[in-house]
Amino acid sequence: MNLTAFLALVRKDLVLYFSNRRALVMSILAPIVIAAFFGAIFGAGMEKPSRIAIGLADLDASAVSKAVAAAVQADPAFDVRTGDEAAVVALARAGKVRASVVLPPGFGEQARNALVAGADKPVVAVHYDPSQATAMTLVRGLLSQHVMKALGDSLAGAGGAGSPGVTLPAGMTIPAAIAMPRASAFSLPFTTRAVESTASADKPYNGYAHSFAGMGVQFILFMGIEVGVGVLLARRLGLWKRLRAAPISRALLLGSHIASGALTALVLLAIIYAAAIGIFHVRIDGSIAGFVGIAIAFALLTSSFGLLIAAIGKTPEATRGLAIFATLVMVMLGGAWVPSFIFPPWLQTASLVVPTRWAVDGLDAMTWRGLGFDAAIAPIAMLLAFSALFAAIAIWRFDWEEPRG
Amino acid sequence: MLEARGLCKSYGGRAVVADLSLTVGAGEIVGLLGPNGAGKSTTVAMLCGLVGADRGAVFVGSDASRLALDENAHAAKRRIGVVPQELSIYENLGAAANLELFGALYGMAGALLRERVAAALALVGLADRAGDKPQSFSGGMKRRLNIAAALVHDPDVLIFDEPTVGVDPQSRNAIFDNLESLRERGKALLYTTHYMEEAERLCDRVVIMDHGQVVASDTLAGLYKRLPAVETLELEVDGSVDLDALAHQPGIDRPTQDGTRLRAGVSDLGRTAPALLSWLAANGHAVHRISSGRAELEDVFLSLTGRQLRD
Repeated sequence: MNLTAFLALVRKDLVLYFSNRRALVMSILAPIVIAAFFGAIFGAGMEKPSRIAIGLADLDASAVSKAVAAAVQADPAFDVRTGDEAAVVALARAGKVRASVVLPPGFGEQARNALVAGADKPVVAVHYDPSQATAMTLVRGLLSQHVMKALGDSLAGAGGAGSPGVTLPAGMTIPAAIAMPRASAFSLPFTTRAVESTASADKPYNGYAHSFAGMGVQFILFMGIEVGVGVLLARRLGLWKRLRAAPISRALLLGSHIASGALTALVLLAIIYAAAIGIFHVRIDGSIAGFVGIAIAFALLTSSFGLLIAAIGKTPEATRGLAIFATLVMVMLGGAWVPSFIFPPWLQTASLVVPTRWAVDGLDAMTWRGLGFDAAIAPIAMLLAFSALFAAIAIWRFDWEEPRG
Repeated sequence: MLEARGLCKSYGGRAVVADLSLTVGAGEIVGLLGPNGAGKSTTVAMLCGLVGADRGAVFVGSDASRLALDENAHAAKRRIGVVPQELSIYENLGAAANLELFGALYGMAGALLRERVAAALALVGLADRAGDKPQSFSGGMKRRLNIAAALVHDPDVLIFDEPTVGVDPQSRNAIFDNLESLRERGKALLYTTHYMEEAERLCDRVVIMDHGQVVASDTLAGLYKRLPAVETLELEVDGSVDLDALAHQPGIDRPTQDGTRLRAGVSDLGRTAPALLSWLAANGHAVHRISSGRAELEDVFLSLTGRQLRD
């Protein structure tokens, strides 16, 4: 191999890229700014989960419904705004609260009768903001807990120490199991203790770690697009002709692009993580060797992706647009924007065929999850496999001859 | 120095180059002329090793060290310098850095590379701009740097693919001076162009291509001898002249009309010019201006192919 030519080509690509201020800003500043934004809104620095805003209208005003309302308002998971039915429904519709609960007239009595005598259940309307439907499950669960507790207290009072406002239908007796001491009636038989599942107990979760992994992957892939588009531009400008006229092999020519693209990606990732560590206190709590291995494998993936673009692209303009779209789909499915565990189960499985998923998960594993090198082996292997696949397709599809008239 | 023997190339069943042969000797500039679609670019691509020929071969070097391009591609390519039609330089790399890169592609390094870069820049008159980026150059300076990039490895054969497209007259003259200097140094130069005046000024021999084939290959003097008329008459006339009828007049060769401009070859200026003026007057065409001149390469091309070079 003509090492002099290879090094000259690699050096040329690096000089051209790093002397392009606009490209540098796009590749370094943009991911840092966006990762900081995502990190801030997705839990970075939060000491406890945020409260869920809900609306509550008590149309019953019975002892039970009042007890439910009081319990809901006292629940640290909720930020409760009360009012009449129209007011709280309007709050949900306006997006001011995630859901509004309406306790209907007769709620307390109907609920008690349903519980002890199998009578019809009252219908509690929960008006929820469809754009924040994930809160619905939580609201329903906590509401059930508070209603059961209030009913239990009510029934315990009726059968024991006496509870104001509680009267049983004629001839009905309270089963012994229900007529229990107030303290334990229908309350949860356990309590929970929240423990962050991070590298260790003394290292709290840093939401910036995931957002920097995601945005780093996204913007470095954008750089990979520029590698491919650069080859297409070189072909258009005639530079490719001059390079091909030189006594160098095709492998050396393509190999130099892979090497320079990978080196550029590696440098960018290092700078982005330097900012993440220095400014946003992201830590590599897992294996440093694993982190470096994943970074190198992802850098190779980036350059082979660029080469693939150069091989299958036609014009630089059209290719850039399509490649950006493909990259955005890849990073979206890879969990770069939101963690992949939010995806439905089928998508979590399907997204395993997307290389970005392995890059993001791998970087997460080596940073905030604090896992060892063994957790890096699969991501590294998969990223290298995808790199080899992309490079093979690129070499297969690369058009070396330019038709002439 | 450079020999193409029986080159053939087809795309999609259409023959773009068919059995093309040519030679370029040391210290010689050979012009490769042809209209668009004649097959010049494909020929150049095969001579540079960018495109493989379906048949035929390209040889580089003298008898003792002759290399076949398809058998010793890298060694043969080291002896060839290519100046593509497009500006094939990196606008964001300095002039010297561009040449260092292209020299390195040919295996050059260290002091030898620096020496060759300086020599190439000096030859094209850019020694004082070595550190500047081409993005700050004029069009003519970029063209000269484009040429220097092909010279840095000191090749024996230089192939120029329309190197003066879009260049102002002053820069064009500077480029011609560079090419003549290279010829004096014993380089073999193949020069494709659309401009007849360039071929007439520079080329020792001219190869004319049409439809993928060589239709003529000769010195300029030899080509002029092929013309039935060695003089031309150019007149400014009223109305549309019946060219078929005019072509049958004695001594008139291949008349053409472009607007009011009537042009025809004449074999005997003294006899034919008065007869032509009489014929035009008899056919109702007033003549406002008349001039005569020697036939040009454009006329040779028209005579050989039946079309203008830039058709």
